[in-house]
Amino acid sequence: MRHKYIKNVVTLQLDNSKCTGCGICTNVCPHGVFEIINGKAEIKVKDRCIECGACAKNCAFTAIIVNPGVG
Amino acid sequence: MAIVIKEETNKLYEEDVTPHWVEGVIETSVGRVRRIKTKLDKKDIIDGCKVRCGINRYNYQISPGLYAVGNPDRNSPVLVTANYKLTFDKLRKELSNQNLWIMVIDTKGINVWCAAGKGTFGTKEIVNRIKKIDLKKVVDHNTIILPQLGAPGVAAHIITRATGFKVVFGPIRAVDIPEFLSKGFTASSEMRQVKFGFIDRLVLTPMEIVINLKYVPLIFIVFFILNLINPMGINLAVAFKTAVFNSLPYVGALFIGAVMLPVLLPYIPFRAFVLKGIVLGVIWSVISIALNNFFAFSNSVLLYMANGLLLTTIIAFISLNFTGSTTYTSLSGVALETKKTIPVAMGTSVLGIILIIAEKVLTFLG
Repeated sequence: MRHKYIKNVVTLQLDNSKCTGCGICTNVCPHGVFEIINGKAEIKVKDRCIECGACAKNCAFTAIIVNPGVG
Repeated sequence: MAIVIKEETNKLYEEDVTPHWVEGVIETSVGRVRRIKTKLDKKDIIDGCKVRCGINRYNYQISPGLYAVGNPDRNSPVLVTANYKLTFDKLRKELSNQNLWIMVIDTKGINVWCAAGKGTFGTKEIVNRIKKIDLKKVVDHNTIILPQLGAPGVAAHIITRATGFKVVFGPIRAVDIPEFLSKGFTASSEMRQVKFGFIDRLVLTPMEIVINLKYVPLIFIVFFILNLINPMGINLAVAFKTAVFNSLPYVGALFIGAVMLPVLLPYIPFRAFVLKGIVLGVIWSVISIALNNFFAFSNSVLLYMANGLLLTTIIAFISLNFTGSTTYTSLSGVALETKKTIPVAMGTSVLGIILIIAEKVLTFLG
């Protein structure tokens, strides 16, 4: 059974124009929020985001912004 | 145990006494490296259980540095992990028949994910540790493998820029490492997703119980004093006995928050933890009121209401607190819940206390 937390609250934002499709966000996200579609990252299931900040921290192109908690 | 930093010798570890989980030493171009066991001893398991119950929890660490598993050579992979002993044990027990290096970084005895959240499992510490160990002299390749849950604290591209080492994020769970290694450092999407299954939740409950236990004496003392204040006069024995029974539903509420909530979590309706807590709280309140006589409360509507309000508030509060132990809650969600809960919880607490006082006053008025 998949856990579900409060909807429509997370601060995750992706700037598609900065994304190079390197895919690091899909590797670090512990909840499978991202997907690479046609060479660019897309937010697939935003409500699963826990705002850990792993994607933003590892995006070398600053395409992702999220206000992280403290794990 | 005193930690002696032996900079002057060619040892890569900082402790004088050989820990029980070490099985020999191997020579490398940067000095001696301890080889670690990949099987847990009884002591590891017992100490691990103690830590899960809050015993020695904040002093369960190992020395940072380089360690060896099996017979690693210059081409063997390098795994990076935290210096929390429970984390280290979970990793090494999955590495039987492997030949590799483990670089333990200093996270102050905190696990990978929590340390990453606070930045101690971080870019700076990894860069410094690579330099301190002189990892370039140990291996011919330029790859280090980090646990995926370290990513919130680590900017992989900055480590590469600072040290030349490429960072590969390995799987979340140590149990998947052998498959990850055998498949050329690739993790399936399944390996990349954190879970929060029944066992994951169950192992948290002893610690939750320990955290809540400290409120038990307080609850008892409050009821003891309340029972001393009595129109029939002070009777210590009766007050003591009544206070014990009065405390039971409250101790039950602590237990429900500590155990039932984590265990039943996905089956309790609502997404917000405080609402899940209210569901459990209302159920427990109804049960407690039904058992009113057993719990030695007088049959007063004021007391029914007071107990219902207070029991529900306690369970809702513990539930909200449990968000911090989960793997799927967002800061924004927790902030929203907390902001909405605090004024209501204050109101219900104050109202509950006023009702108890009012009932007490009424007994004096006869």
